[in-house]
Amino acid sequence: MSEAVRKKLTTAVIITFFILVCFIVLFPLYYMFMASFKDSRELFRNGMDLRLIPGMMSLDNYKLLFSDKSVYLYWYRNSLLITGLYTVCSLFLSSLVGYGLGAYVFKGKNLIFTFVLFVMMVPLEILMLPLYKLIVNMGIINTYSGVILPFVVSPMAVFFFRQYVSGISKDFMDAGRMDGCTEFGIFFRVMAPLMRPAFGAMGILLAMQNWNSFIWPLIVLRTNTMFTIPIGLSALMTPYGNNYDMLISGAVLAIIPIIVLFLLNQKAFISGLATGGVKG
Amino acid sequence: MNPRFGLKKALYSEKLAPYLFVSPFILAFLVFFLYPACSTAIMSFQEVQGLNSSNFIGLDNYKRLFDVHFYNALKTNTIYTILSLMLLIPVPILFAVLLNSKLTKGRTFFKSVIFIPALTSVIVAGVSFRLMFGESDTALINAVLGKLGIPPQNWMLNYGTGMMLMVILGTWRAAGINMVYYLAGLQSIPEELYESAEIDGASGWTKFSSITLPLLKPIVIYTLTIGIFEGYRMFGESYVFWNEGMPGDIGLTIVRYIYQQAFQRNDLGMGSAIGIVLLTIVLAINLIQLKLFGLFKKDGD
Repeated sequence: MSEAVRKKLTTAVIITFFILVCFIVLFPLYYMFMASFKDSRELFRNGMDLRLIPGMMSLDNYKLLFSDKSVYLYWYRNSLLITGLYTVCSLFLSSLVGYGLGAYVFKGKNLIFTFVLFVMMVPLEILMLPLYKLIVNMGIINTYSGVILPFVVSPMAVFFFRQYVSGISKDFMDAGRMDGCTEFGIFFRVMAPLMRPAFGAMGILLAMQNWNSFIWPLIVLRTNTMFTIPIGLSALMTPYGNNYDMLISGAVLAIIPIIVLFLLNQKAFISGLATGGVKG
Repeated sequence: MNPRFGLKKALYSEKLAPYLFVSPFILAFLVFFLYPACSTAIMSFQEVQGLNSSNFIGLDNYKRLFDVHFYNALKTNTIYTILSLMLLIPVPILFAVLLNSKLTKGRTFFKSVIFIPALTSVIVAGVSFRLMFGESDTALINAVLGKLGIPPQNWMLNYGTGMMLMVILGTWRAAGINMVYYLAGLQSIPEELYESAEIDGASGWTKFSSITLPLLKPIVIYTLTIGIFEGYRMFGESYVFWNEGMPGDIGLTIVRYIYQQAFQRNDLGMGSAIGIVLLTIVLAINLIQLKLFGLFKKDGD
């Protein structure tokens, strides 16, 4: 067998392998998408059975989400607002800290950076109970601030911005100083624009994490109309399966924003993840 | 001194400004990390009644802790972690190596598709898995098994199949993330190493085992560390399958146990004691690992 033929054959085998992998990977999502068009009673009785394309398709499950009695729109709004607010605040605060650690030499810098790494190593779940007490005492239980505030300075983002800023030449800062900028002026006018790719990558990653976050909102959010989508959906999951109609169409709509974000910004997603992770 | 003058000075001072920059972290660290961490440690020695009254009871919480439920939770987390890592290290390496090969066409497309599950929330993805693994004999997986002559299973009512559900869901969501780490690692391996190996007539497997794998070691260690960390704090995978409670202790994990004790039984002292044990486990495993792999040496990075 000639070299060229062997290469072609290898390529064909690899591509077949990946097509199979993609099928397995996407199947649960495809399955859910198709099931969302099914009649809810049939869905409950038969699951999705073996017909991968349902015989009858209707939008009834989706109509339910937008009906008067439905709270799903509240959940969607809450998720959008919490994710938006969290991402903006966290980008701002974490970039300030990361910049401080990456751009300056000062006493205590290494100690603070060690603390950042330490926070990354501790599972937040062990802090849930005192944080819950704290949030109750601060009077922000069942509010957006209660969900956002404790984790608004993200150690992962701080770490990422510090790495990024370390790679930018300090000459830019000196140029700003010559022009009479304050240190904050240098950050906002000179350095922040240079950090734009970092803001992009981290913003997307923070938004994704927050959109999907579960355990902390589950503890903080108490009333139905304050729930985010994951919390609301989990409340619908009863052992009797009688909410499958809302559950499944609600789940499909929950994935859409983040998939769109991903398809528009794949590079930022991947680079944010790879840089934040591998150099750790 | 005029305070405005003080602030203005700080804004212009290269010595003072960095402290202002890092102050959000210091504040958050003190209020939302250090204080709660101390508070957990203290609460673990207390009987907590309501939110603001408590009394010290010494080691009682810890004594109560070591019962069969805690062992079950610990066992579940340990088995879950080992099984997920057995998938989450080799499979993503295979994906990454193949996707890094120039022979593969459509690399960006495959990379994106494999990453997509990582974008979904564990609850949302869990809805789909609950439907696929429904208990009726017409639900997808049971129907497929039926064609093969295997009787339908009640997936969520057995420890073994329950564990399998959690591992499948967890692995499905995390494989793409690990693949991205490995791809980044592969891209930092200099091409010349492979070229010179080829001149020496090395086979594909030799190149993989004597160049790729050793150079990927730091990333293997990283994914191992993250895998253990995530494995012992797992919650969503359990909650999505058994949100209202579970038969026996199927799906009872350590964090689930904290949640149950603290928020369903209102026993914050006990919940804190479990949390302290979890912290000890995670930190101990991390330290052992760092020591074993010699990451304390400065040249490690």
